[in-house]
Amino acid sequence: MNDESLMRPEERAALALQALYRKYGYLPFRMSRFEEYDFYARNKDFLVSDRIITFTDSRGRLLALKPDVTLSIIKSGSDRPGCKQKLCYSEKVFRAAGSMGEFKEITQAGLECIGDLDVYDCFEVTALAVRSLSLLGGDYVLNLSHLGLLNALFSPFDPDSALARGAARCIAGRNVHELEALCREAELPEETVREFCFFAGLHAPLAEAVEQLAPCCVSETALAALSELRNLSGLLDGAGLADRVYFDFSVVNNRKYYNGLVFQGFLDGVPESVLAGGQYDWLMARMGRRASGLGFAVYLDRLPSGTEAAGFDVDVLLLYSDPAAVPAAVSRLQAQGKSVSAQREIPDKLRYRELADLRGGAENA
Amino acid sequence: MLNIALPKGRLGEKVYALFEKAGYACPELLQDSRRLIFENAGAGVRYFWVKPSDVAIYVERGAADLGVAGKDILLEYEPEVYELLDLGLGKCRMAVAGPKDFYDSGLRALKVATKFAGIASAYYERKGREIDIIRLNGSIELAPVLGLSDVIVDIVETGKTLRENDLVVLEEVMPISARLIANKAAYQFKTAEVEKLKENVKGMIDA
Repeated sequence: MNDESLMRPEERAALALQALYRKYGYLPFRMSRFEEYDFYARNKDFLVSDRIITFTDSRGRLLALKPDVTLSIIKSGSDRPGCKQKLCYSEKVFRAAGSMGEFKEITQAGLECIGDLDVYDCFEVTALAVRSLSLLGGDYVLNLSHLGLLNALFSPFDPDSALARGAARCIAGRNVHELEALCREAELPEETVREFCFFAGLHAPLAEAVEQLAPCCVSETALAALSELRNLSGLLDGAGLADRVYFDFSVVNNRKYYNGLVFQGFLDGVPESVLAGGQYDWLMARMGRRASGLGFAVYLDRLPSGTEAAGFDVDVLLLYSDPAAVPAAVSRLQAQGKSVSAQREIPDKLRYRELADLRGGAENA
Repeated sequence: MLNIALPKGRLGEKVYALFEKAGYACPELLQDSRRLIFENAGAGVRYFWVKPSDVAIYVERGAADLGVAGKDILLEYEPEVYELLDLGLGKCRMAVAGPKDFYDSGLRALKVATKFAGIASAYYERKGREIDIIRLNGSIELAPVLGLSDVIVDIVETGKTLRENDLVVLEEVMPISARLIANKAAYQFKTAEVEKLKENVKGMIDA
């Protein structure tokens, strides 16, 4: 029995992910448990859930148990032109989760790359997202999109209009039939309707999608986004990481905070996404930062609990009636590298590899 | 193999007939039995009957890859699923109904009885009208008759129950029909099978 077997699956995963991020020079970020509530109230839309655990401290300040790590990282840094800050974390956060909206303590791991970002940084963060999913085991898919394309598509419309909000909702839900109806109701030109529907239904390997998207990209914003995706696709392909990376327009995140690459990771057998992130320059700007920010979080609470097939709780169950005989028997078994549970009767639900019975004087394994 | 949650009842039977025509038959499904799971390995489908309002939960939680749920349920509970296709079955409408001589003076919050609190709140929020929601689980039509509410927000199919209780449709909130939904993660790993089923079913609807 090794020490790792004592850890929960999410703790083992957090350790492995930290080791991976450290290999790429991401320094560990440690945060305190509390923050003034007002800090989160100002950025509620960025949080997965806007329900936060609050309490009043001895000085009368309203504090919150931290529901998020990214905001704390952004708050703690400063901008230096040309520089980059690379941080990784494995932290517990507190937020409403589950079907009843009950509060939960959630272990979250992830990384943030903040500063003057370039093509390499986008590649490195995306590659680490791919490697994170691969490390968590089984088949995986990283879905990726670029909000520059979505913004270019929506540029003729008021972002707060019913059309823009409805279309964004349909795109996120891969709901092409309602998107088409919405566009027709707004009497958009046939070509625009087709373009909206094409984008909404697009799910293809990244390199293939870049070629399919090229004819639709004419504006400066769309061309810049396409160029970024093309470069990223080439670099991922070169590193042998492109196989399970798909372009998927349904990854939209919150456009008030995110502006560039956005992604969502899935593991086979897990019914919801286990990884999410993207480039959040608008959030940086809202918090008074000039630099860019790109990162992702892995939701370790969503990982399967894991089955310990043919597992044992202990190597030897040692049954005794005379306590004086136990220390020597335990020492002898431990010297053979075995773990021992000394009991007077066989406990319910204990899974043991061998039984050593000292009752009645003789040892019967 | 695609796991598909079908809504028990008349709508589910109509949906199955559509899927059968599209090449996803499982004849045992319609036999009178207490079984809940039916499989046709050759067609690559496994169906199960569930309560209509639970379909979205089965799909969102990944117990089913696909399912068929009413738009009313999708709007009310907003499950994290993809909505792939409007099947055009189970057509009805979500409507505001009340006594035929009802007049909204606007002087106080409108009392609205409904099973669909989310849909009703969103509808009146868009109109900028303050309301007082009264959540009920059944016999909604009784509420305005007994003065429990001013109006109701509910599904109207033929309007027979409303007529029999001297109520009329006052406003239409939205049309409702059955939708094909998919679990987001399952879609990533069974994309080709899901898209093929969607196209085959769509082909039958359009035919």
